[in-house]
Amino acid sequence: MSQRFKEIDFIGVFLWVFRAVIIVLVVYGTVAKLFLGVGNTYTAETWLDFFVSGLSQGSLYALIALGYTMVYGILFMINFAHGEFFMSGAITSTVLVATFLSASGFLDAQPIVSLLMITAVAIITSISVALLTERIAYRPLRRAPRLVPLITAIGASFFWQYFFRGLFGSALIPFPVPEVLQGRWTIFGLEFLRTRLVVMVTTVFALVFLYLFIQRTKTGKAIRAVAEDKDVAALMGINVDRTISITFAIGAAMAGIAGVLWGLVFRQVHFYMGFVPGIKAFTAAVFGGIGSIPGAALGGLLLGVIEAVGPPLFLEGLGIAGAHQLKDVIAFTMLVLVLIFRPQGLIGEKLAEKKA
Amino acid sequence: MAQPSTFNKAVRIGLITGVVALSVSAIGMVETFDVRDIITGVLTLGQLLLFSTALIAGYFSWQKGEGVSPAGAVLRGLVAGLLTAVPPILLVIVANLWPDIRNSFVNVSASLIDILTFDQGMVTGSLILLAVMGVLGIIGAAFDLLPGRVQKPLLYGFLAMLGIGLLSEILLLILRPYTPRALLNFLFGAKGITPITAVIIFIVAAGFSAWWDVQGKNAAERRRVNRSPSTAKQLRRLNIGLLIAFILILPLIMGTYLTEVADIVGTFILMGLGLNIVVGFAGLLDLGYVAFFAIGAYVMGLLTTQSDLGIGGISFWAALPFSVLAATLAGIILGVPVLRMRGDYLAIVTLGFGEIIRVLVVSDLLKPYIGGAQGILQIGKPEVLGFVFVQPEHYYYLILAGCLLAVFVSWRFRDARLGRRWMALREDEDVAEAMGIRLVSTKLMAFATGAAFSGLAGAIFASRLSSIFPHSFNLLISINVLSLIIVGGLGSLPGVVVGALVLVGLPEMLREFAEYRLLLYGALLIVTMLLRPEGLWPSPVRRRELHEADLERESDEAEEVHSMA
Repeated sequence: MSQRFKEIDFIGVFLWVFRAVIIVLVVYGTVAKLFLGVGNTYTAETWLDFFVSGLSQGSLYALIALGYTMVYGILFMINFAHGEFFMSGAITSTVLVATFLSASGFLDAQPIVSLLMITAVAIITSISVALLTERIAYRPLRRAPRLVPLITAIGASFFWQYFFRGLFGSALIPFPVPEVLQGRWTIFGLEFLRTRLVVMVTTVFALVFLYLFIQRTKTGKAIRAVAEDKDVAALMGINVDRTISITFAIGAAMAGIAGVLWGLVFRQVHFYMGFVPGIKAFTAAVFGGIGSIPGAALGGLLLGVIEAVGPPLFLEGLGIAGAHQLKDVIAFTMLVLVLIFRPQGLIGEKLAEKKA
Repeated sequence: MAQPSTFNKAVRIGLITGVVALSVSAIGMVETFDVRDIITGVLTLGQLLLFSTALIAGYFSWQKGEGVSPAGAVLRGLVAGLLTAVPPILLVIVANLWPDIRNSFVNVSASLIDILTFDQGMVTGSLILLAVMGVLGIIGAAFDLLPGRVQKPLLYGFLAMLGIGLLSEILLLILRPYTPRALLNFLFGAKGITPITAVIIFIVAAGFSAWWDVQGKNAAERRRVNRSPSTAKQLRRLNIGLLIAFILILPLIMGTYLTEVADIVGTFILMGLGLNIVVGFAGLLDLGYVAFFAIGAYVMGLLTTQSDLGIGGISFWAALPFSVLAATLAGIILGVPVLRMRGDYLAIVTLGFGEIIRVLVVSDLLKPYIGGAQGILQIGKPEVLGFVFVQPEHYYYLILAGCLLAVFVSWRFRDARLGRRWMALREDEDVAEAMGIRLVSTKLMAFATGAAFSGLAGAIFASRLSSIFPHSFNLLISINVLSLIIVGGLGSLPGVVVGALVLVGLPEMLREFAEYRLLLYGALLIVTMLLRPEGLWPSPVRRRELHEADLERESDEAEEVHSMA
């Protein structure tokens, strides 16, 4: 017995030290940056820029995270291929619609109609890819051990990446941004990049729509019921397979929207673009509390802001060269920290321990 | 299933395979694979890929026991085959009407259309394609009409023909020094085997298969049964001895190029054996495995390099323990935070770790110490008594020694208490803990052992290439290793070797696979999990478990039905 306690102690101490070191580093870096003047100095406007770009980046994470969180809520599996749903919509709509609209001048003449068309194609593609993946790689394995669908998900992820690479090539594909959305808008005396505002507004609409859909419609109710208990839901006359497909489709639709917005912000799409955002969105979902829709939104926004403000704030404060390169390290470290210290996330129930 | 009158199934299958045929064409696989001749002037790998869709469509267009008459079966095959041809033909028509399609779909090129239409232009070519696919559909459907004792030889003959044709370039490379030129010219075409060779191979393989089924198998079985235990043991030893001797002289036969391929495969086997302990034995899905490979390589690089980055400047052999030790320590350090995570969370976190290491290595932060994107050059070579390892052949033996060590350690650990603990952990963590297994040390041992092998592989890798760059250590390596152990069979030592040969060796030898490697890995992972979750060469325990689960499920379902009734 005593042996056991010793071991727990050792691990506990290690984790405690780990946490303490991170906190000290962050606090020290922040203090050094703000009060000791280490690194570059930024004006208040620059900080605001960092913050706003973080918010818009976070909105994208939030949109992608919804897919993770909904699928996890219903199937208790990490849909590793979700980043590819996002990529497929973005790349297909860019190559097959946006490029032509831009070449014909329609994009600048009718930006709203054009963007709606692009988004529609993106959503349709993402949903098709998602439904196909679910049907082939996930559904037959619903009763298999937990690792099995995760492995097929990894397989699906790489399959789709290289499928779209074969289809559209491995080059960076430029995403045409309509003239209206280039430059900045001034609101309350502050300047915002137009695309970033569009991203945030769209995300808010999408989130509200999704929330109402889940809470107010019959299908939404079915989704919640299946998430609660598949077997009982089936007894209540709910078609479980269909409900799961719908859940995948909704998540993929959100990913498709995110794909178009991503194109607007970064002005290019690529077959590999789904991978890192996918993992970060997953981080966001875990951060907010996986399984919870408001949690995904909150987690996404927070992750975006921390990622944008973190490097100039505490990493530069620590005197690290090229701090912006370490953006990804912040996100992944956050993922590790959240999973160690608060696996249920900010506002999630204790799903992490609930075994499927 | 007594009413077979409708053609729904054949139509559905035909449409699905048609979309597959269209996809493999549109993503460029058919065109890329077309450079590889299987039978000179008759069949290329690209055509094989395309045509196999129709064969499969025909085969699955009907099923025994549906009460389909032979004529009906053939008709269904024809329908499925013809439908399979429709989407590619549509592609041909669209590409002809609107050549600009290439700007969007980069792989829909003129030469792809030529392949699809047999160089005969749109109309004639499409009709030929339709006819060929229809005939193949019929063949596929008719195959199931044949009795089993005819099916098997046909299938094996066909597969042997394709396999040898596919590897003809390699065979030629091996045979050239020993075989008269005239014979080679007779057997091999410019690329691929000649049609005559193909026929010979087919007849020999099919004939052997037929003979084996009728006579050989029984005779062999009789001999096996009649053999005394001591002779059996001796025979087994002899086999193992022969195998080892064969592996030892392999570089002499293969030549430099193939030995280099063998080195790459060996490195992956070494990594696979390590990851097999973590994933296969202990059931901890680690996606950041490349991190330990990188650590092993970088420690080796830093300690032995002649360039300015070097520290110590010691020899390969002196640096090797440090490499392995550093990787092992990293395995433990990264293992501690994830101790309390399960399955899927663990996978994502380890993936995060791998990415953190990768980002750190290329960042400016560590650039002064480990060279950033420029990597480390002039890494030391191993030396034994004044003999310096330079050639791939030399490294072959080094890697072989590493692999043998890893096999030995894996094998001994597996059957020791530690191995039992790992497997208990894999099956159910809670139960294992309740049985008195200490999760912490058991998990950390798995991480540490796995990381040590990976570090060893990394150290040898760095020395073999004598320069390392951060981009060699990306996530794809982890996925590669994971795929090969899963396809080979989780928890199975021979499975790792088979997996590495198939998933690493084959694409290295057939270079046109390079671009589609990960696409095929992805598809293979899914197919393996769906059809054969125990892998190509499963470990006996694992196979039993999986079947047990099936049986249990069946009995569960039967019970459910009972209780409902």
